Amino acid sequence: MRVRDEDLFRYVLRLGDLSLVLGQRLGQWVGHSPALEEDLGLANVALDLLGQARLFLSYAGEIEGRGRGEDQLAFLREHGEYLNPTLAEQPNGDFGRTIVRQVLIDAFQLELYERLTSSSDERLAEIAAKAVKETRYHLRYSGGWLVRLGDGTEESRARVSSALEHLWSYTVELFAEDEVDHAMAERGVAPRLADVQKTWSGHIDALLAEATLERPRERPYSWFGKQGAHSEHLGYMLAEMQYLQRTYPGARW
Amino acid sequence: MEDKHQWPLYEVFVRSRGGLDHKHAGSLHAADARMALEHARDLYTRREEGVSIWVVRSTDITASDPRDADSLFEPARDKVYRHPTFYDIPNEVKTL
Repeated sequence: MRVRDEDLFRYVLRLGDLSLVLGQRLGQWVGHSPALEEDLGLANVALDLLGQARLFLSYAGEIEGRGRGEDQLAFLREHGEYLNPTLAEQPNGDFGRTIVRQVLIDAFQLELYERLTSSSDERLAEIAAKAVKETRYHLRYSGGWLVRLGDGTEESRARVSSALEHLWSYTVELFAEDEVDHAMAERGVAPRLADVQKTWSGHIDALLAEATLERPRERPYSWFGKQGAHSEHLGYMLAEMQYLQRTYPGARW
Repeated sequence: MEDKHQWPLYEVFVRSRGGLDHKHAGSLHAADARMALEHARDLYTRREEGVSIWVVRSTDITASDPRDADSLFEPARDKVYRHPTFYDIPNEVKTL
C-alpha cells in the first residue's frame, strides 16, 4: 500500500528526525557536562527537542496510515530511513563543538518554525507555534555560549573556531531544496528554503560578530542525510538509542 | 582572591506569580549574570514555579552576623506593644 501523502510524510519525518537525533545527542551530555548547571541546561533543551520529535513523529505516523506510532518511528526504523540533516548526528566532540552545532541548528529551526506557524497544514502550524517559543530560548542559550567561548580565552576561541570550520560544510544541506522541499513550498506547507537561509545567515552573522569569530568560507560540498544517506556516526548513535526497544520489544516503564 | 576554576555563586529569587514577592529559591554557579538567569530558569522554574527571576552575586549580599543576633533581635522580644494587638476591633469589621 502506498503512503497517502508521501511528500508530506517525508517532510514531517525530516522535521521530527532533526529534533529526535539532536535531542539524543544532547542527552549524551547528561552526567558529563562541564558543570552541574550545564548538565541541566543541555538536558532541558534535549527534552524540548524530544517533545517536538514526539509531535512530529506522531503526525507522520498518521499521515503514513500504516498504524506506526511515534515509538515505532523513533525506535524501530533502520539507519537509512532517518531523514535528519547530517549536521544533527555529528558527534558531540568537546563542549565548544556541541555549542556550535547547536547554534547552527537552533537558528535554522527558529527561522523555519517561525514561518511554519503560517503553514497551510494546520497541524504543522500548531506544532510550530509551540516549538518556536522553545527554540527562541535554545538559541538564547547556545548563542550566549558561542559569544562567551568565541570572545573568551585563547583556548576556548581556538576550540569553537575549529568546530565552526569543521561543521560549516554541513550547513549547506539544511538549505539544499530537493523535490520534497519543493513540493511542500508549492503547496504552502513549508517556506522556501532560500528565504529561510537568508534570515538564518543574518542571525548567524550577528552572533559571529558578537563572538568575534569569522564566518567560514562557503564550500560546495553537500551531505544527503535528508534523503537517508548518513555519515558513519548515525549508526552508532542509533545502536545505543534503539537497544532497549529492540531487546525488549514494547518495553514500558 | 577569586577562584578561576569555579564560577562565582549567585543567589536566585523567584516570583511565583504576579503581585507576590520574589522569594529566595536557592543558589547556583554561573560565569556571568546572563548565564545565571538561564541556569536559574532551567534549575528553579522547570515546573512552572515562576513568572520572574532575580539573580544577584552572593558576594554582593551583606548579611547580618549570627553572633550579633542577641543585640540585633533580642531587644524586640519584650516589646509586645509593637504588635497591633491592643486595639478593640469593632464588630462591624469582618475582614481584618
